[in-house]
Amino acid sequence: MSTTVRSHVGDGTPDAHLFDTRPYDLVKEFVAALVVVGVLTVILSAVLSSPDRKALSLAAWADAAPADVVATAAAELAGTSTSATYGPPYNNAAEGQKVGPLPVQKWGGVRIPIDSANDLVIAPLTTISGDAALDGALGTWQGASDAQRGTWAGQYSDALSSAPDGEAAKVASGDYGPVPVLTNKFLALASSGSLEGLLTTGASFYSSDETKPLLLLADGAYLEDQARAEHLGGDQWGMMNETGDYPGQPWMWLYTFWYQVKPFSTSENADSLVWVLMAILTLVFVLLPYIPGLRSLPRYLGVHRLIWRQQTR
Amino acid sequence: MSSAPQTGEGSWTVRLRNRLSRTVPPGQLLPDRQPAYVTSGIYIFGVASLAALVYVIASGLILAVGGAPWWHTSSIGHFVNSTHLWSVELFFMFMVVHLWGKFFMAAWRGRRGLTWVTGAVAFIGSIGTAFTGYLSQSNFDSQWISTQAKDGLNSVAIGSTFNVLNTGQMLLWHVMLLPLLVGVLVVMHIILVRRHGVVPPFDAVPPGPNHAERSFGADDGHGRDEHRLDPAESSGGRP
Repeated sequence: MSTTVRSHVGDGTPDAHLFDTRPYDLVKEFVAALVVVGVLTVILSAVLSSPDRKALSLAAWADAAPADVVATAAAELAGTSTSATYGPPYNNAAEGQKVGPLPVQKWGGVRIPIDSANDLVIAPLTTISGDAALDGALGTWQGASDAQRGTWAGQYSDALSSAPDGEAAKVASGDYGPVPVLTNKFLALASSGSLEGLLTTGASFYSSDETKPLLLLADGAYLEDQARAEHLGGDQWGMMNETGDYPGQPWMWLYTFWYQVKPFSTSENADSLVWVLMAILTLVFVLLPYIPGLRSLPRYLGVHRLIWRQQTR
Repeated sequence: MSSAPQTGEGSWTVRLRNRLSRTVPPGQLLPDRQPAYVTSGIYIFGVASLAALVYVIASGLILAVGGAPWWHTSSIGHFVNSTHLWSVELFFMFMVVHLWGKFFMAAWRGRRGLTWVTGAVAFIGSIGTAFTGYLSQSNFDSQWISTQAKDGLNSVAIGSTFNVLNTGQMLLWHVMLLPLLVGVLVVMHIILVRRHGVVPPFDAVPPGPNHAERSFGADDGHGRDEHRLDPAESSGGRP
């Protein structure tokens, strides 16, 4: 029997099966690789272990930085926290980031609706019973107009930021309505350890969605302070690092790199710009074989002469 | 019940068998010979990536048996988590070297474009899988990385569909959807590698007086070591 095939395909590259061959034991190579990689994995694991810094609880946050919890609660009530002013997908408080004139973030719509004041502060407080002072404060808050609420909470936020160490006890007197009571009760609720549960249980007994407690935690300064101490800040190549001296995700170096340089590092639309740029670069990477010029680059770089040293000689 | 059994062209079984034979001809799936130009150490990194992937999957399966919080409370669980971490680090290290090697070889030549594409998408899928792993650790890293990453995803309108703050969703992406994608792509990649063979060096000319058209099955001086390709190895195996 005889089968005729072309010896060159497409770009003139000869068929690999036309060349001289030599014995090559693929299975033996794979088994050897398994053994070597297995030994390396076990040694690295035994010697270096892996990082596991415990998750911050809202109770730990309240104990370590009570002033930050009170300031965050006041900002949520005032509508000035990061989540309250975020825009899609949480609310319509802003358009969000753009790519040139295109409001890309807005296109996603408000699909995870979150009212920061009500969902993150007021709703958990309403679950507390038997506290007359809190009941009175909640009644006053809920009976007030939006403008009045904003004025009370805004003035209290400003007063907190001016107070020594941001401590609620040292705030100058003023017309803050029920806000001081609400924020102090919120601090007590966080300290009690029950706030996480109140933020995650909503429509279901079961919950695996930490969106609300994570937004609340990120609205405060404590999480970022802790992260920066672990060299995880955005301007510290944080997206590719992890706690301790572990390698993290070095394969994300290019994505993280753009956040370190202008115009991205100073742009209000840094995230959307970096994402669009990375999408373009990823397409180029995937479609490299089909891009004239780029696909011929390796021939001229000459590194192939090191790989095929014998054939080049 | 089915009608009388069909044979030949009408048989679905024969059609499937022929399709599989055309995709990877018999003998090409696990050949015991390779072209003589396959000598560089760079060729090891493809198989090393596969070996590391075996440990990534195996350690991940053990962690899945123990459950999400197991490794925080058990020293054995923590060790398994460490093997998961380090096999992932090795997997990426090998894969990056493999990728650069293939780039410098322009390994997409000879209608191997799809081989590159499947490998590249598998690499990107692996990055997504590792990323969701970091989100699923349920520790400080997860808290910080998720709260930072949400901004990038939200900025391009996909943060509500792929909600990095939803730990349950991220865990399922990590242990099911993305590994499935990577697994399928890796299998496709290997099939394509076996189907097309290893790309020859630039400007390489096959030995023999008439390599413009070769007739397998004849004594065509194919190999200096007297090796001759089996017709089944070559028929329909290459586009």
